[in-house]
Amino acid sequence: MDSKHFHHALKISEEICIGCSHCMNVCPTEAIRVRNGKAILYENRCVDCGECFKACPVRAIFIDQDDFKRIQSFNYRIALVPAVFFGQFPEEISHSQIYNAILANGFTHIYEVETSVDLLANEVKAYVKSHPESKPLISSFCPAIIRLVQVKFPALTDNIILLKPPLDITALYCRKELTDQGINPAEIGVFYITPCAAKIAAIKSPVGEDYSMITGVINMDTLYNKVYKYIRNDRSTRQPEIPVRPLSRTAQQWTLTHGEANHIPGRSLAIDEIHNVIEFLEKIENDEIGDIDFLELRACDESCAGGVLLSANRFLVAERLRRYTPATDTTAAPEEGINRYKDYLLKRMKIHSINPRSMMKLDENMEEAMRKMDKSSQMLRCLPLTDCGACGSPNCQAFANDIALGEAEIRQCIFIQKNREQTGELSPDESLELLKGIWGSDKFFSNRK
Amino acid sequence: MRFEYQIEAGNFTNAGDASSGFKKILKQLNVDPQIIKRIVVSMYEGEVNIVAHSNGGKAICDVDTSRVLIQLVDIGPGIPDIEKAMQAGFSTASAKVREMGFGAGMGLQNIKNNSDILNIQSEVGVGTCVEIIVNLPQS
Repeated sequence: MDSKHFHHALKISEEICIGCSHCMNVCPTEAIRVRNGKAILYENRCVDCGECFKACPVRAIFIDQDDFKRIQSFNYRIALVPAVFFGQFPEEISHSQIYNAILANGFTHIYEVETSVDLLANEVKAYVKSHPESKPLISSFCPAIIRLVQVKFPALTDNIILLKPPLDITALYCRKELTDQGINPAEIGVFYITPCAAKIAAIKSPVGEDYSMITGVINMDTLYNKVYKYIRNDRSTRQPEIPVRPLSRTAQQWTLTHGEANHIPGRSLAIDEIHNVIEFLEKIENDEIGDIDFLELRACDESCAGGVLLSANRFLVAERLRRYTPATDTTAAPEEGINRYKDYLLKRMKIHSINPRSMMKLDENMEEAMRKMDKSSQMLRCLPLTDCGACGSPNCQAFANDIALGEAEIRQCIFIQKNREQTGELSPDESLELLKGIWGSDKFFSNRK
Repeated sequence: MRFEYQIEAGNFTNAGDASSGFKKILKQLNVDPQIIKRIVVSMYEGEVNIVAHSNGGKAICDVDTSRVLIQLVDIGPGIPDIEKAMQAGFSTASAKVREMGFGAGMGLQNIKNNSDILNIQSEVGVGTCVEIIVNLPQS
């Protein structure tokens, strides 16, 4: 039932990591520990939310992207650009200038990711209406949220709407449009400009889909810097104006907080920021809150405007997108753009079921899990409950579980060490060695460079 | 394994803490997510009953590999007519409690629907014990 491995876009550079534990303390799924002076990741617990990336003071955590040069292996190079990309630039830079700069950096085509939102929005509405048994339905938009539900709220996997997110639908659309022009599919490279790590992970190991339509992923800050440099050198204004078809009102705001919820009839809630989402899902899981039809859940504060790979302030990005939104919703004619492929795309909009992958269990076998829990509670009774993290685990409870799982020993607790030094069970030298084992020897006075 | 949670009367702010705490344990014990849901929904209803109607009580949860047994014991007014209380829509909840979204008269029904065995013992003027059993599938 559980798939064993996840691709993770978030990586920790052992060379740069100083073992400061900032990342360990902010991880919402307790997926990080410090050992030998370095942060290590429990891969099956990580949901790629990016909190650690934001917290790292030395940028030791990075998001693994494809080499930008890789786009050149294709004759047709599509940039799939989300609306938030445009929200990063100051108002005086026009959409056309940004388009020109993207093309000048090597792409041959630009598709805005939210192009498919109008088609999808109708399907989501219909889906919510036709699945009253799975209420509240949870949007499949944010991949970090899907993973969070899988690992932390496994009972709610059935509530996730089994429809592709806009990115995958637009990827299908642009491939289809180009191949219909007689272009060999092997010559088409579709590159997604991602605002976050979770989207990369979802592309490299899709959940609920067999394979991804996306060739590669470019981090948004990488393209932003290239584009901004081009514009700052005042080259973009010398290019001819590119006619850009504006997104509809719905599409323009889809990736912002309330972007989905505003369009779903009934009781719809929009919740952003991963801790807020966790707090709410706890209540949903207990059935404490009934009668909600739809939940728009996003891992980042201010949704995609707060993606970790954006260069501009999230509140400004959200404000700009709202300001750029057309006053009236002009729906494209049926024979225009994506609408020509409506039937083709509607047939391919479903995804398979999403399986639980609980990371909370102490053991597969319940009897063994009970033994470990017993051990963990015994350990917890000896611990100071200060959650200081000096043991290399994020808090005393997690440390007690780590001991029960055989991944830590109680002597790593600094309070236990002090007690044992007092009683003579542990020599000061042994105690120091234990701390070095967690925090690395270079943090101690005698070894300070 | 046994776990005990105190439940404070009248404190709706914390209603659900016992169920949430026990839910975390069931997840750690690798109980099937759908069964956890049934257990937690039943327990939450019982917990809210204690908060809303009694003078306080506790939840005693006992887990072994074959079943989960939850006893929700309170000191309070008791239930005069258990059969009537079991009927859907029956409620003794005050208007204030109903306004908060509780006391729709579906509580005991909901427990019954989600559990394998439901026993209620009650003495008027003394208190109530709601006993819930959910069986665990044997592998």
